[in-house]
Amino acid sequence: MTAGTLLTVDNLRLHFGTTKGTVRAVDGVSFAMARSEALVVLGESGSGKSSLARALLRLLPRNVKAYSGKIALDGVDTMKMDDERFRREVRWVKISLVPQAAMNALNPVIRVGDQVVEPLLVRRAAEREAAWQRAREMLQRLGLPADFLRRYPFELSGGMRQRAALAMALITRPELVVLDEPTSALDVLTQANIMNVLKQIRRESTTTFILITHDVATSSELADRVGVMYAGQIVELADAARFFREPLHPYSQKLMASVPRLRARQKLEFIRGEPPSLIDPAPGCRFAPRCPLRFERCDEDPPLFEHGGRHVRCWLYEKER
Amino acid sequence: MRTSNEAQSRAASAKDPPLLSVRNLSTEFELRRWVFGRAGLVRAVDGVSFELRRGEAVAVVGESGCGKSSLAKTILGLYRPASGEVVFEGKNVASFGRREMRWYRAQVGYVQQDPYGALPPFMTVRRILEEPLIVNRAGNKRERERRIHEVLEEVRLTPVADILPKFPHMLSGGQQQRVVIARAMILRPKLLVADEPVSMLDASVRVQILELMRGLQQAHRLGLVYITHDLSSVRHFCERIFVMYAGKLIEKAKVDELIDGPLHPYTRALLAAIPDPDPANASILKPVPPGEPPSLLAPPPACRFHPRCPEFMKDLCDVKAPADFAPEPDHSVLCWLYDEGLRRAP
Repeated sequence: MTAGTLLTVDNLRLHFGTTKGTVRAVDGVSFAMARSEALVVLGESGSGKSSLARALLRLLPRNVKAYSGKIALDGVDTMKMDDERFRREVRWVKISLVPQAAMNALNPVIRVGDQVVEPLLVRRAAEREAAWQRAREMLQRLGLPADFLRRYPFELSGGMRQRAALAMALITRPELVVLDEPTSALDVLTQANIMNVLKQIRRESTTTFILITHDVATSSELADRVGVMYAGQIVELADAARFFREPLHPYSQKLMASVPRLRARQKLEFIRGEPPSLIDPAPGCRFAPRCPLRFERCDEDPPLFEHGGRHVRCWLYEKER
Repeated sequence: MRTSNEAQSRAASAKDPPLLSVRNLSTEFELRRWVFGRAGLVRAVDGVSFELRRGEAVAVVGESGCGKSSLAKTILGLYRPASGEVVFEGKNVASFGRREMRWYRAQVGYVQQDPYGALPPFMTVRRILEEPLIVNRAGNKRERERRIHEVLEEVRLTPVADILPKFPHMLSGGQQQRVVIARAMILRPKLLVADEPVSMLDASVRVQILELMRGLQQAHRLGLVYITHDLSSVRHFCERIFVMYAGKLIEKAKVDELIDGPLHPYTRALLAAIPDPDPANASILKPVPPGEPPSLLAPPPACRFHPRCPEFMKDLCDVKAPADFAPEPDHSVLCWLYDEGLRRAP
């Protein structure tokens, strides 16, 4: 472990058993993160990005077929902990989650405030009064009036509820916050607002963020580094400045070329073929069936190659070439 | 098939009479309490006017709850206007009886937002596409079959024979949306109304579907009303943009003029908030107008945007509703900033 490393994920797998076969939602994902870094996990629907979030927080459905690998947080392998210890020491203490469509994840019959302080009270991390005080401060930081704590979720707009969910995730002062599509159901202005709030938090604290999204443009608002997911695997991992200028993996390149830009008139491209199935994928590179640059080597599984400080799962970047 | 250049030169010539005229259109919904009484009136569409010619594509852009879907459904004849009119080829849609309404439905294709929700799950693709032809008594069995093949080839769902016996759940999201488009096209409409046609699809599929729609629109010289919240996709697929806020079209202009020179303070804020993929975004905070879009149940008086507007002029914007000013030809804006008389005043 190097100094400043907060999280090391090594060969993480999360497979689900279904009647149609094994769904390899997360299939050998490895990456490391420094403290106070922001990593964006970029992927289309069905790429396994939300399953990665679940795997990190051990929020697993019942049909898990395989759950293995290493998740080291501050040097401690959380995969070796039993569920009770994980719940007490890791989930919502060190890692918290803002789930997808978080604004609809709030309990409609409980006041916002009671939901925001719950993570503190459940773990007896604070007395009732202190917890409410912290909730008020948290809301203020997120730009919401403190009297919102007394309201019910239906009284708030989507953007306000999203911020309440963010307050729930931040109140225990976790080291790592996983945001699963935090802005995808929100309007443009509300989205810009939430991104501003997140940027502000990053300036004022050392919180580390993993932002999971399908939205390339929004991802550039927060990213220090970008990991592109395709069919359960990370196919490219690079720092944001270089990734957005010059993506390396053919999938990343095609994805970037398919994003309409407001301020440029470029020819838009699209990716031929169908998105891959996560059920028993064929051997070889998973993007090969849709790849314009496919060659013989692609019938074999490519490892993650290093290429000038970036990592690419593509035979084009094999050293000998 | 015609190339896009030819199609464009044939598109939208000013001499054509408008295909669709929307005149001072308002759509209202009554909110009811449990049994008796009215809780209030929601005016989802409020005094909307525009004209659309054959071969012309316009985008209606706005945030959720601004009334853009209500506008689409009123144009389709699914909602009755509270006032104003929708005029198609010179005929007022509100005056249509049963038979004329059936004719109108064949003239106007509807592409829904959620393809899976829009397709009946128990019907095969063949049945889904045959249904409108049967209802409209269009041809015999053989002719219907030929038309279905033709349309599926046009939306590039090939090989057709493989697609026909499939049920919607057996298709991918992109394929489902192609079936929805095929169904909208099958009666050879003159107008397409597409309500967020790609918002449920992945980025890599979106462009494909938008290009397909644009291709069909140009090849058949269709009028297209494209309802969306995604301004960045509009430039590539439309001639004009209408920006909608709280039930009103607050700015109308050609695509490039609107994106490169927005006039209304709301449009400016909207454009400034949209990111392009650029790592520089991470280091800047964006200016965002305070507050939230207003409730249509009790919208702010006069200009609907005044409580959030950085250019707010007291005793004007909150008192008197702005007129439709046209500071440039073909560019109109609902904002007092562009009142000539006002600007000349000291």
